Amino acid sequence: MKKTRPVNSVSRVTELIFHIILIAFCLICVVPFIFVIIISFTSQQSIREIGYSFIPNEWSLEAYKYAFKMGQLLWRSYFNSFFITVVGTICTLIVTIMYSYALFRKDFKFRKFFTFFCFFTMIFGGGLAPTYVVCKTVLGLSNSYAAVIVPMLLNPFNLIVMRTFFQSSVPMELVDAAAIDGSGEYSTLFRIIVPVSKPGIATVGLLTALAYWNEWFIPKLYVSGDVKHMPLQYLLMEMQEKVDFLIKNSSLIGAEASSIAKSLPQNSLRMALVVLIVVPIAFAYPFFQRYIIAGLTIGSVKG
Amino acid sequence: MKGKTKKTLLLTTMVLPGAIWFFLLRYVPMVGMALAFKDYKVYIKDPSFWNNLHFSKWVGFKNFKFLFSSTDTGKIIRNTVGYNVVWIILGLVLSVGMAIILNEITRKRVAKVYQTLMFFPYFLSWVVASYFVLAFLDPTRGLITSWQMKNGMDVINWYHEPKYWPVILTICNIWKNTGYSCILYLAAITGIDTTQYEAAAIDGATKWQQIKHITLPNLRPMICILLIMNVGKIFNADFGLFYSVPLNSGSLFPATQVIDTYVYRTLTATSNIGMSTAAGMFQQLVGFVCIMIANRVVSKIDADSSLF
Repeated sequence: MKKTRPVNSVSRVTELIFHIILIAFCLICVVPFIFVIIISFTSQQSIREIGYSFIPNEWSLEAYKYAFKMGQLLWRSYFNSFFITVVGTICTLIVTIMYSYALFRKDFKFRKFFTFFCFFTMIFGGGLAPTYVVCKTVLGLSNSYAAVIVPMLLNPFNLIVMRTFFQSSVPMELVDAAAIDGSGEYSTLFRIIVPVSKPGIATVGLLTALAYWNEWFIPKLYVSGDVKHMPLQYLLMEMQEKVDFLIKNSSLIGAEASSIAKSLPQNSLRMALVVLIVVPIAFAYPFFQRYIIAGLTIGSVKG
Repeated sequence: MKGKTKKTLLLTTMVLPGAIWFFLLRYVPMVGMALAFKDYKVYIKDPSFWNNLHFSKWVGFKNFKFLFSSTDTGKIIRNTVGYNVVWIILGLVLSVGMAIILNEITRKRVAKVYQTLMFFPYFLSWVVASYFVLAFLDPTRGLITSWQMKNGMDVINWYHEPKYWPVILTICNIWKNTGYSCILYLAAITGIDTTQYEAAAIDGATKWQQIKHITLPNLRPMICILLIMNVGKIFNADFGLFYSVPLNSGSLFPATQVIDTYVYRTLTATSNIGMSTAAGMFQQLVGFVCIMIANRVVSKIDADSSLF
């Protein structure tokens, strides 16, 4: 109470009201996730008796125990999510960095053309059906990791963000000096430019990783028949309608499968999968928030 | 001279992987739009993309005629545009409001925490969000459902009653996107020269007057631009929100079917590639015109901020 308030700030009462509004909104933003965590630790018995509740009658780890027992399919898809995210992000970054670096180079002869080539796809496209047909028939993308990664490989938005980063943080003199020293174009890019553009690369990398991690629509289109390559998001998508999707597609057979199926805590298990998929984001994001905000701000102001 | 050619060549090889991708995944499908005027049939003898495209019969505007003669189409377009209009206005008011409030918090550490928490939903997929909604609305176990049962009220079967969904979808959209746009506006507010506020305060201006005469005018260009860009995307809907949050429930279609979901469902459920392409093409063309107009308007307001 003794602390002096900065000049020109709102009155204490007003600020208290502001705090209440903000706290209320923040609660709305995070409570659903907390609720889902609670459900995932609720026993099947409790769910049957009082439904989903913030204060369950009985806590239980059965959902997670089953998740471990279900083994294979579940963990395979969890692994796929990580694999697709890591490999996809690396591929995206390499292609994006090279493309946007060339666009950044004012002395690149075809700069205008390739800028337009990328940019035009932001405002016009073939639409879903032709793209789908091309991916399936021309590129043969189906039931493989490539089928999930390739359709998402480039995002013109991220290309522009990357180029803007180069423009604002890499002085052209650096490129010229490297050229005079006899550095080749590729070694200039990867030895000199990339190290000084780490914040920009981090931003685009994180946005890309997030996109791969959260994607379920592309897998739904291109790996729907293939349990080996589907990521966890897609599994969750399927379990919306078919709660028993996991059992049906697991490699468990006969008596074992039916015994698990009978006692499966389906409701809490689904919520446990949601928790599994959100936890990596929840842990990573406070640390990376800064970079992501930087990227989104640049992208929105100069799209 | 030789050095110059070599440089161009090397830089071109850098662009090449990306350019090939754009060509195959973005430009070839544009050619594929011809399917909208065809009765798509797989050419059995040699079913490659070009053969399928080439040997399918031309049907002129039949697909479009069929599309626009359907009574559903009007509703679908109305849904798409209607939701967008309401959400653009609501989103703008809420996120600018939140940003202004957030900026007035004197303890910056606390403000940072708020910012982090409200940004969180933006990082989740709609599939994850659909389970959040399910936790509340599940017809047998949901929190709201059991609350209704306990209090002897009629239980609402949320996933079969379209009339509630405009509100539910609106809440979901605000929940996920407000934090994000709030942060964009906050970044703009913190960029405003503080001496303006100090001078105003010395002259006795109230906080409200400062907001009205300093903050909002300073935000105007950004508000205009984001607003107009959103208007440019008015025929596009967030697929995940409309498909996954209502759990793909057929009885909710009157409230949840939008152009994007229609295109997808026509493609997958009925495999009617011609119709799906036609609907998508309509969306692309109208969207293209909208963006061009939007961009013209933006460049009139602030030439630096225009898209191209």
